[in-house]
Amino acid sequence: MALEAIIGLEVHAQLLTRSKMFCRCSTDPSAGPNTVVCPICTAMPGVLPVINRRAVELVVRTGLALNCSIASHSIFARKNYWYPDLPKNYQISQYELPLCRDGYLDIDVNGQKRRIRIRRVHLEEDTGKLYHTAGNESRIDFNRCGVPLMEIVSEPDMRSADEAREYLVALRQVLRYIGVCTGNMEEGSFRCEPNVNVRDTESGAKTGISELKNLNSFRAVHQSVDFEIARHTRLLQRGETVPRQTRRWHPSDESRGGYTDVMRSKEEAHDYRYFPEPDLVPMRIGDDWLSEIRAGMPELPQQKRERFVSQYALTPYDAGVLTQSLEFAQYFEAAVAACRAGQVAEAAKRVSKWLQGEMSRLLNETGQDIADVPARPEHVAELLELVEEGKLTGTIAKEVFEEMFRTGKPAPQIVSERGIEVVGDASELERIVDQVLADHAEVVAKVKSGKTQSKGFLVGQVMKATRGQAVPQIVNDIIDRRLGV
Amino acid sequence: MRLSLDEVRHVARLGRLAMTDQQCEAMRDQLDSILAHFEALQELDTDDVEPTSHSLDMANVYRDDEPAPSFDRDRILANAPKRDDECFRVPLIMEED
Repeated sequence: MALEAIIGLEVHAQLLTRSKMFCRCSTDPSAGPNTVVCPICTAMPGVLPVINRRAVELVVRTGLALNCSIASHSIFARKNYWYPDLPKNYQISQYELPLCRDGYLDIDVNGQKRRIRIRRVHLEEDTGKLYHTAGNESRIDFNRCGVPLMEIVSEPDMRSADEAREYLVALRQVLRYIGVCTGNMEEGSFRCEPNVNVRDTESGAKTGISELKNLNSFRAVHQSVDFEIARHTRLLQRGETVPRQTRRWHPSDESRGGYTDVMRSKEEAHDYRYFPEPDLVPMRIGDDWLSEIRAGMPELPQQKRERFVSQYALTPYDAGVLTQSLEFAQYFEAAVAACRAGQVAEAAKRVSKWLQGEMSRLLNETGQDIADVPARPEHVAELLELVEEGKLTGTIAKEVFEEMFRTGKPAPQIVSERGIEVVGDASELERIVDQVLADHAEVVAKVKSGKTQSKGFLVGQVMKATRGQAVPQIVNDIIDRRLGV
Repeated sequence: MRLSLDEVRHVARLGRLAMTDQQCEAMRDQLDSILAHFEALQELDTDDVEPTSHSLDMANVYRDDEPAPSFDRDRILANAPKRDDECFRVPLIMEED
């Protein structure tokens, strides 16, 4: 048997509109239960929906970013099913004639380029939220009901859990770049349902597709897809049939590893009796409107990566890291632009190194977004120039940056407040250190033999030679380097 | 007959309607006559007619993305058969299977 996995992803992304899809209620996710609801989104008798133009534009924008053909003629459809989070007993969605179809997204998996085709991108409305109580009742909050939701369906072009995760990461990056979705999986504004099965490429035998639910992180997507591939492979090898099913992912806990189990068999669930929505007239996307939307498209991640390589002479790897988020890329460009003298490529290299090093470290430690950091790009540029001019050593610059990161104070202010005054340039200080080490060979020998407390004497000598103008920490660092301790 | 009793039961189940066999039979007869009525349309030649999805010859009816104040929660919850201070309450949904 030569087995291969077949994976397609259905992604639901809440659109970044201010009001709902078919009524003017706010989409504010922090509103109290049932405070952003009206007769339209709770399906009171006699109401009619009206389409939010912005939501249509955001879906078209997504279609353009994903290389889709945009439908000149598109309609909404009713998807009929009965569940308490859906007060109309149907969801307004799209079936025939979706807004976008036949696109692709190129991804990089372990250094290899893969093209994942996009089958369709369509517009629909989100459902309410059900909260299960201790008793045999559920509570319903309809705030989310009617929030614009975009569904992005890939072709089953992925062959491994790694590919599925990379596709999802790249897709989220695109949606964030073009400003259509926050991409927050934990909060559910970006949701993923993989379809997984396994095929024997020799005999053509296939297992039934598993549709996976309850995945609220990239990790969960990766693990659940891996789990399903292994399960299907095992069953296929044993010659057992694997039925088409919707399965729920249970993350690992102390008692057992992550696993999936059956939610429902699929044949029964999918009888949605779609038909064209009689309450809404068709959408026509003419050339004028399309060019208007196209003109508002920002640079996409891939374009930005390529430009960073050519404009700043960065390696593709560095360009990839710096463009991971739009905010990070913007910060980088602003900092490079604020560097005064010298070659752009050199400034870019310094800024790139600093952002990937110190900045990323502090962002990870504090869990902050770069956009919220008080230290602005021009402050970073200024700090790096002080280092470049030899006025600060790398170690001191790191300390200065930690305060800058917290407070947003410019480097010269922090330097003067802390009384950091650097004598001459770093090479001058190094010359003095070398002289002191040469004059006190017996102490150097002690330090090297492990009596590190004797180092204080050497530092003291350097401080004396500089009349206290040097920064002890810097002196200490230089001595450590020279003695290799 | 254009419809089987099983098809009627299936449609009833999708709509969460509890129906007796007698009601199913009555409904089958009524639905059957509706389908018969629509069959008359099949006799027309529509090869040159462009499909439409709506009876109005209109397109692109939109509103701007401007939020407006919502309804007071108590008014929205007023007609709920069961509620608490914040939410509608419904019987717990059990997955069938």
